[in-house]
Amino acid sequence: MQPARVAAAGGSEATLAPRRRWRAPSMRLVLPVSAVVAAMLAAIPLIYLVVRVAQADGPQIVDALWNARIATLMVNTVGLVLAVAAACLVLGVAIAWLLTRTDLPGRRAWLVVSSLALAVPSYVAAFGWIATTDVRGFWGAFLVLTLCNVPLVTLPTIAALRLADSASEDVARTLGRGRSRAFMEATWPQIRPAALAGVLLVALYVLSDFGSVALMRYQAFTWAIQVAYESLFDRTLAAVMSVVLAAMGIALVAAERRMRGAQARVGSTVAARSKPIPVALGRWRWLAQGGLVVMALLSLGVPLGALARYLLLRTDTSTTVQPGDLLADTLSTVGLAAAGAFVALALALPIGILAARFRSRLATATESASYLGLALPGIVVGLSLVFFSLNVAPMLYQSIWMLAFAYGVLFLPKAVGAVRSSIVQVEPGLEDVARTMGLTPARVWARVTARIAWPGIGAGVLLVALTAMKELPATLLLRPTGTETLATSLWRLTSGTAYAAAAPYALVLIAVAAVPALLLTREVAGGKRHPEETL
Amino acid sequence: MSELQIRKIVAGYDSAPVLRGVSFTVPHGSLTAVLGPSGSGKSTLLRVIAGLNRPVEGAVVVGGRVLSGPRVHVAPERRRIGLVPQDAALFPHLDVLANVGFGLPRAQRRATRALDLLDMVGMGAFATRMPGELSGGQRHRVALARALATEPDVVLLDEPFSALDAALRAEVRGQVRQVLRRAHTTAVLVTHDQDEALSMADQVAVVDEGRLVQVGTPAEIYAKPASRWLAQFIGGALVLPGTWNDGTVVGPLGTVPAVLADGHLANRGDTVDLVLRPEQLSLRTVGSGGEGVVAMVRDVAYFGHDAVVTMDLPACEQPLQARVLGDQQWRPDSEVLVSVRSAGLAFARQ
Repeated sequence: MQPARVAAAGGSEATLAPRRRWRAPSMRLVLPVSAVVAAMLAAIPLIYLVVRVAQADGPQIVDALWNARIATLMVNTVGLVLAVAAACLVLGVAIAWLLTRTDLPGRRAWLVVSSLALAVPSYVAAFGWIATTDVRGFWGAFLVLTLCNVPLVTLPTIAALRLADSASEDVARTLGRGRSRAFMEATWPQIRPAALAGVLLVALYVLSDFGSVALMRYQAFTWAIQVAYESLFDRTLAAVMSVVLAAMGIALVAAERRMRGAQARVGSTVAARSKPIPVALGRWRWLAQGGLVVMALLSLGVPLGALARYLLLRTDTSTTVQPGDLLADTLSTVGLAAAGAFVALALALPIGILAARFRSRLATATESASYLGLALPGIVVGLSLVFFSLNVAPMLYQSIWMLAFAYGVLFLPKAVGAVRSSIVQVEPGLEDVARTMGLTPARVWARVTARIAWPGIGAGVLLVALTAMKELPATLLLRPTGTETLATSLWRLTSGTAYAAAAPYALVLIAVAAVPALLLTREVAGGKRHPEETL
Repeated sequence: MSELQIRKIVAGYDSAPVLRGVSFTVPHGSLTAVLGPSGSGKSTLLRVIAGLNRPVEGAVVVGGRVLSGPRVHVAPERRRIGLVPQDAALFPHLDVLANVGFGLPRAQRRATRALDLLDMVGMGAFATRMPGELSGGQRHRVALARALATEPDVVLLDEPFSALDAALRAEVRGQVRQVLRRAHTTAVLVTHDQDEALSMADQVAVVDEGRLVQVGTPAEIYAKPASRWLAQFIGGALVLPGTWNDGTVVGPLGTVPAVLADGHLANRGDTVDLVLRPEQLSLRTVGSGGEGVVAMVRDVAYFGHDAVVTMDLPACEQPLQARVLGDQQWRPDSEVLVSVRSAGLAFARQ
C-alpha cells in the first residue's frame, strides 16, 4: 500500500502544479481589474458632471454663474460652514475634555447622551425645530447643524485625549505654565489633528446637507441646486454649481485624510502609561453639568418634544398619516436600501480586498476613488446620475436601479471600510498554514479568509442599508415617480407644514439612525473607528 | 540652599487619604529615594511636592519657603520644582532641543543653555531629533535635561527607570546620578525597586500604606530595618524563631550572635524572631571541621559571581537561603554545614 500512496501523491502533485500556475495569474488579474472597474463606476457621477458642464457653451456657463448670484450662495454656504465648524470645534473639544480629564460625575452616561445627537438625522432635527419654534434661516440652520454634528468632533477628540500623555501637561506646569497654557502647549498639539479632522468632517456634512437648509429656507448651494433643477430651465446652472460643490467636498476630504494621518503619527510617538488623575472641577462642576444638560435638551429634547407633541396630541385626522402609507413607505425604503447596500458591497469587495492585502499604488488609487462617495454631496450625485441616465441610459431613468447605484456610490466608503477591516483581521499566517495543508488560493479564500471575514462584512453591509434608509437629496431626484421613502415623505409633509403627519416618519427615522449611533459610539471614542461611520 | 522639608503630609483623592502623615527632610544637594510597594502613596507624595495635588494637612517647605501649608498653596508653575515622569513624557510635537528649552524664556529656548544641558546628559548630538526617534534611555536623559533647564530648587523623579530593560536601567541610573551630583540639585526619586533605592540614594525613606516606615542611609536601612516587614521587603531576609539569651539567639541554627532591633525589648528566655540576610550564612562541606548545623541542599541557583543555595533544615519548616560566592560548587541532595558569620537582628514578639 505504502509505495502506491506515495506514487498517487506524487502524481497528483505533478498534475496540480501546472494547473496552479495557470490559475494563479488569472486570480492575480481578476482582483485588480475588478477593483479598477468598481473605482471607475464610483467615479461616474463626478466624471459625467464634468462632461455635462464641458458640453455647455462657454457663454452659457458664464451667464449661468452671473445670473444665479452665485457669489451670494457662496458667501451663504461658506459662512454657514465656517460658523458651524467653529462652534463644533469649541463645543466638541470642551465636551471631550470634560468627559476625559475631569472628575465630572456621570461621565460615562454623558458620553452616551452627548453622542445620541448622531441618532437624529439633521433634517429630522430641523423638522423638530420648525414644528415647535419660529427659528428659521441662518440661525435655524446653524443651530440644527451644530447640534447634530458636535459629536463628530467630540468622539475623535476623546479618542485622542485618551491616548495623549497627561504627564506632559504636569511637566508643562512645573516648567512655569498655568493650567490653560499647559493644556494649549502640551495637550492640544497631541489632539489637534484629531479635533481638526473632526471639524473638517463637520464642514463636509454642512456643505453637503440638503434637508435642513431647505427646510430652514436658507439659501445654500445644495438647496439652490435643487431649485435650479426643479425649475427645468436652469439645468446647466445646476450642473455648474454641482461642480463647484464637488470641488469643495473633495478638498475637504483630502484635508481630512491628511489630518487623520498626522494624528496617527502623533499617536505613534506617545506611549502613555500612567492613568491621568482627573482635574477637580470644584464649583465649576455645576456649570459644566448645566451646559451638558442644555446641549442635551437642545439636540435631543427639541426633536423628541416635537415628536411627542404631534404623536400624542393628534388633533385633526385629515392632517395625520394613514398607517398604510407609513407601512408602504417603510417597505419601499427597506427595499431600496437593501438594493443600495448590495450594490455598495459588490463595488466594495474588490477594492476592499485589494486595499487589505496588497499595498500597491493601484490599491491606494482605487481606495481613494471610493472616497468620492464621501466627498460628493448627495444632491450632486443625484443630479449627475439624472443627466447620465437621460443621455446615456434612458431605460434606467427613474428606475430603482439608478437610485440603488447612487446609494452604492454614496455609501461605498463605509462598505470598503467594512470589507477592508474585516479582511485585515484575518491573519495572513492562517492563509499560509492553509496553503501548506494543500489548499489552492481560491479554496483558502472560501474556507478560511471569507469564513472569518464574513460577519464583519455582513455587519458593515447592514449599516450601509440603515444609512441608505435616511438618504434624502439623491432619493428626491432619482426615485421612480410615485415612490416615496420615509425621508422623502417626511420632507414633503414638513414642507407642507403637515407636522402631525410627519411625526411618525421622524420617529421611524430616529429609530433607524439610532442603531449605528448606539452601536459604534464606544468604538469611535476608543479610536477604533472613524466618526463618519456612525452616520 | 534648598533643603526640602516634608511635614506631616496628609493627602489623597476625593477625601480618601492616601498619605497619612509623612515627614522627612531632604538635605540640600542630596538625593532621597522614596521606596514603597505599589499603592503605598509614594507617587501621591511626589504630586504633593510638585503642587499638582493639594494636601489636606501638613506642609511642604523648600529652602525656608512654604509651598504648601495651611492656607498656602503655591501653583506648580511658581514652585521652581522640576518633574521627570514615569515614561519621560516628552512633548511629542517638539524636537529634543525644544523640549529642553520648554521652560526657558522665549529668547533662550534655542540658545546655548539648552545645548549645554543636552551635552551634560550626553544627548548633544540629538538636538534636532523628534522624541519618537529616541530609545527609552535617551528619552529619560532628555527629560532630565528638560527638568534641570530652569535650574529648579528640587527635581522629582517618578519611577524614572521602570520602563527600561534591566541592562539599560543600571547604565541610565549611573548617568542620572552623575548629572544630578554635578548640578548640585536636591532630588527626590520615587521607586518600588529596592536595588535602585539602595544604589542611587544618599537617603532612603520607606513608605507603606501612606505612612513612613523608616528614614536613613541605605546602609542603615539594610542593616537595621525597623520591622520584620521592612527586613523582608529590602534585600530578602530569613526570619527564624528563637529564644533570646542576652546577646545570642538559640534556634534552628544553634546559638547565633544577635542584637535587638531599635525600640525592641526582650528578657532572657523570651521568644524572638531572628532576621538574617542570605549573605550572612556561610557553607562548608560536612567533615571539614568547625561549628555549624547540618542542612540538606535542595536547589542551587548559580549566577556566576555568586550563587543562591536553598536548603532544608531539620528543625525548621521553611527553607533556608544562603548567598555564597560562586567559586565553590554545591550539589543538590548533598549535606552541608551551615554557620552564621555575623550578628543577626532580633525582633521581640508582641
